[in-house]
Amino acid sequence: MCLAIPMKVIKINGNEAIAEVGGAEYRANLTILPDIKIGEYIIVHAGFAIERLDEESALETLQIWQDIAEFDQEKQIRKSNQ
Amino acid sequence: MLKYIDEFRNPDLVKSVVSEIHREFSGNSIKLMEVCGGHTITIFKYGIQKLLPDDIHLISGPGCPVCVTDIGYIDKVIALAHIENVIIASFGDMIRVPGSRSSLQKEKGCGIDIRICYSPMDAVHIAEKNQDKEIVFLGIGFETTAPAVAASVTFATDNGINNYSVLSAHKTMPQAMKVLLDSGEIDINGFICPGHVSAITGVHIYDFITNEYRIPCVISGFEPLDMLESILMILRQLNTGNATVENQYLRSVRENGNIHAAKLMMEVFEPVDTEWRGIGTIPGSGLGIRQKYRSFDANWKFNIEIEPAREYTGCICGDIMRGVKTPTDCGLFAKICHPEDPKGSCMVSDEGTCATWYKYSTRD
Amino acid sequence: MKSNDHITLAHGSGGLQTHRLIRELFLEYFGNEFLNPLEDGAILQTNSDKLVFTTDSHVVKPLFYPGGDIGKLAISGTVNDLAVCGAIPRWISCGMIIEEGFAISDLEKIVISMKQTADLADVQIVTGDTKVVEKGNADGIYINTAGIGTLIEGVDLGTHQIRIGDSVIINGYIGDHGAAIIQAREEFPVSFEIDSDCRPLNKETIALLSKLDGIRIMRDPTRGGVATTLNEFVSGKMFGIQINENHLPIRPVVQGLCEPLGFDPLNLANEGKILIIIDPNEAQGALEILRSFPEDVHSSTIGQVVAEPAGKVILKTSIGSSRIIDMLSGEMLPRIC
Repeated sequence: MCLAIPMKVIKINGNEAIAEVGGAEYRANLTILPDIKIGEYIIVHAGFAIERLDEESALETLQIWQDIAEFDQEKQIRKSNQ
Repeated sequence: MLKYIDEFRNPDLVKSVVSEIHREFSGNSIKLMEVCGGHTITIFKYGIQKLLPDDIHLISGPGCPVCVTDIGYIDKVIALAHIENVIIASFGDMIRVPGSRSSLQKEKGCGIDIRICYSPMDAVHIAEKNQDKEIVFLGIGFETTAPAVAASVTFATDNGINNYSVLSAHKTMPQAMKVLLDSGEIDINGFICPGHVSAITGVHIYDFITNEYRIPCVISGFEPLDMLESILMILRQLNTGNATVENQYLRSVRENGNIHAAKLMMEVFEPVDTEWRGIGTIPGSGLGIRQKYRSFDANWKFNIEIEPAREYTGCICGDIMRGVKTPTDCGLFAKICHPEDPKGSCMVSDEGTCATWYKYSTRD
Repeated sequence: MKSNDHITLAHGSGGLQTHRLIRELFLEYFGNEFLNPLEDGAILQTNSDKLVFTTDSHVVKPLFYPGGDIGKLAISGTVNDLAVCGAIPRWISCGMIIEEGFAISDLEKIVISMKQTADLADVQIVTGDTKVVEKGNADGIYINTAGIGTLIEGVDLGTHQIRIGDSVIINGYIGDHGAAIIQAREEFPVSFEIDSDCRPLNKETIALLSKLDGIRIMRDPTRGGVATTLNEFVSGKMFGIQINENHLPIRPVVQGLCEPLGFDPLNLANEGKILIIIDPNEAQGALEILRSFPEDVHSSTIGQVVAEPAGKVILKTSIGSSRIIDMLSGEMLPRIC
């Protein structure tokens, strides 16, 4: 139910991270997600980091569909060449 | 390019998932319910329903925390706002919700002090800067938001910011899903489960749905690719006769959630019975502030008396939020009730069903 | 007049202090043959040109923001209202309502900004008025500017000219002004680099109208954003507009601002943009003319006029589906969900 966006941590000042999305830098409170490192991606909701984004998982999901999309496109090309 | 956002809006990938959905779909009419305002918005913003086979129906449930806040709460807030030296701090969309007689926005012109906050910490900082005032933060939201509000309470406690309090209308999701299922009003064939709630709670809060009701549940992210993949996963379960909880939103949801956040939430809050607008009281579905933190509980701090609450005649927000009716079934929709002058809560919040239909869909 | 002085009620009383303010500040920067005599009105001469007359009041907060200020806005806004009607902007009036206690150094900054913008737009400030109100009113300063322009011969723009199949063009990135104001207000815990796009656009409109015949209508999408202006074009009409989400020029930083707050760039204000509806055969020509201006290099065709659905604006989404684009309703409020 909640508007929360992945952002990249670029700075940490104590209990607050500066995280960036598209070049806009947001302050994110780390109280409920301590142990974050610079360079990690966090999901930010209402000014708080609520979870870290698992980049490997993200890329896996995208890769699966990337492969299927390429296969579909090749099929289309073969079909239209017949 | 917004990383880990735009890639999940890639039209080529979306096309492939949509093809798979059409291939996988058996043809029997099915209803899939989402219970998250964020999902409602994605569906309408990206025209997801139009991409699906005609007989897959996406139904919006009571997933908009602003919309399910009971009218009495709004009336209470307005009464609080009129107490001298009180500043009301709130997330944006609360201020337009109509109560029995008025809304915060309408009352703004009468000299009350309302501050819009992006984060509950904004409200705490307002309290720090205004020592002679009482700041009341409107605690709205499900499990995604409650830990953040809990953090604001513990911060205020640790730093002696005693002029801060929270008027909680926080709610938890699973009990409402059970009530909907038990009501038998609509046949839900699958649940698209809220991704960010699950990021906090973990995946097992939906186990009872698959175990007791044999209905597939897929935890979904919020981009079009996520929702379409989740729909595909539900279809696959239905076709194989399965009913399990699956996690599509692997990149953000861990099996056991954010334990730290959940712990903090339960440190400050405890389950209470609470009223859901349009549904009624659901036992144990609300979050009330614990005795330990009661000096930060606006309910305890202020003695607020209000007249009995009443809905606008003809408003069927309740039926809409239970997925039983749609906005076009409502006689007020787009005629008397529209975003500039909402009569019911689902027209107010941007992710309320009526507001979303009004904004993104045809009104005919 | 020392620049560390402040405006007092006496400055608005019409007496000695008012005259000093006018002479030492307004005439110092705005001075011209029409204004200098300080008559009650300016006598202006035209040929038999049709006149275009407009007015706008400027109450922007904060007064100074990245890329502009209320002065630049006051001149640009009125110049642009004339320009999009197909007029050559000529003369501006300026009514100021100033709060008691306002710093004269700030007033001077605003006046200089107005003069610079007026010079850029080739317009003169020919008459004005100054009032001072008690402390607590006017948020510092409110400015009203009215403007007169002469209609370019043969030009007849309006929604009555729009035809199905016409192209919809915008001259660059959307939402920059709205984003700059959000940044300047510091209401959200976000910071980013952006300048308002606020500037006069009459050079562009004159260039377009002098070379092309097929412009149907132009409008600057200010408050309410592109979404609101597009809806104004089609409201109650027998045609609609379809916009292609993939062709909307939006800066990544504006997207980065909007996504976490739940804002839509289509609803953010623009003060240096024109929406143009044009004969599709001239769309390419219009883009070339616009792109010859350095600030308009990102001009794009963003959509077209369609038969169905009539009276509505449709967005073809980036994933190939579609949805309605509505006007902005109420204020933009950040959402949590």
